[in-house]
Amino acid sequence: MNHVIRKVFFDFEKEEKFINEMSANGLALKQYSFGKYVFEDAPKGEYIYRLELLEHPANHEDSQDYIQYMEEMGAELVTSYFRWAYFRKKAVDGEFTIYSDNDSKIRHYKRIMSLFIIVAGLNFIIGLFNVFNGSLMAAKGYPPVNTYLAIVSFSIVALFVPFLILPLRKNINNLEKEKGIRE
Amino acid sequence: MAESLERGALTEAVYYILLSLYKPMHGYGIMQNIKELSNGRVALGAGTMYGAINTLLEKGWINPVAMEEKSRKKEYQITKMGKEVIKLEVLRLKELIKNGNDIAGGDCNESCD
Repeated sequence: MNHVIRKVFFDFEKEEKFINEMSANGLALKQYSFGKYVFEDAPKGEYIYRLELLEHPANHEDSQDYIQYMEEMGAELVTSYFRWAYFRKKAVDGEFTIYSDNDSKIRHYKRIMSLFIIVAGLNFIIGLFNVFNGSLMAAKGYPPVNTYLAIVSFSIVALFVPFLILPLRKNINNLEKEKGIRE
Repeated sequence: MAESLERGALTEAVYYILLSLYKPMHGYGIMQNIKELSNGRVALGAGTMYGAINTLLEKGWINPVAMEEKSRKKEYQITKMGKEVIKLEVLRLKELIKNGNDIAGGDCNESCD
């Protein structure tokens, strides 16, 4: 039986934890699309899930090579969403880690950071555009719909910076400090 | 290329991947082998290993092994240059161990805390 849960995560580690907790309770993730998780019944704790932001969208040739390699390593691609890949491995096959040293963890975090910065940057530009349009509309006596849209865009930027970008920056800095003394 | 031989320490992942590939092996085999060699201490992440293998291929320290068409799994083996790197690394590690033993004492099991 399928179980649908609607939820939005911005922190992939919290998302991964949520999916693994569901798996521990006998619900194995089957499909994901924005904000919608589809689970199916499975023996409790059968799978360990790991999330990864790939360098390219999942259907890109390089990503396909990587996904095939992951399959050879005993990991299965359950579902993907743009560049986000949801892998799982049977828990009986032992632990499942994708990045085991500071260097590769940092590289992964930096990929996520670039994504955040692109999203925040785009919203900022769209926001400016709408401020401009909004004041133009207002000058002509129309309701300034664009001004409201601009407020949405700027709010997204305002939330991204303290809640996503700065904590991730801190994670990266900590790992880099650690890297200065050990692998 | 010559400069790459003189660089300092290898990462643990690279060191153990190179050692594993004295015999041709595919990804899964390498991971298992490393776990065995290190008595379970080193559990290399799949993504970490993928990055390391690609870098080693680029540097020419390992080679893909030509295989029969049936098998889809890619196998790799160490090259002459890779063996050279390992030799230098073993020398470097010997020096580290010798100095560690001389100064901190060898048998740390109980006495070093």
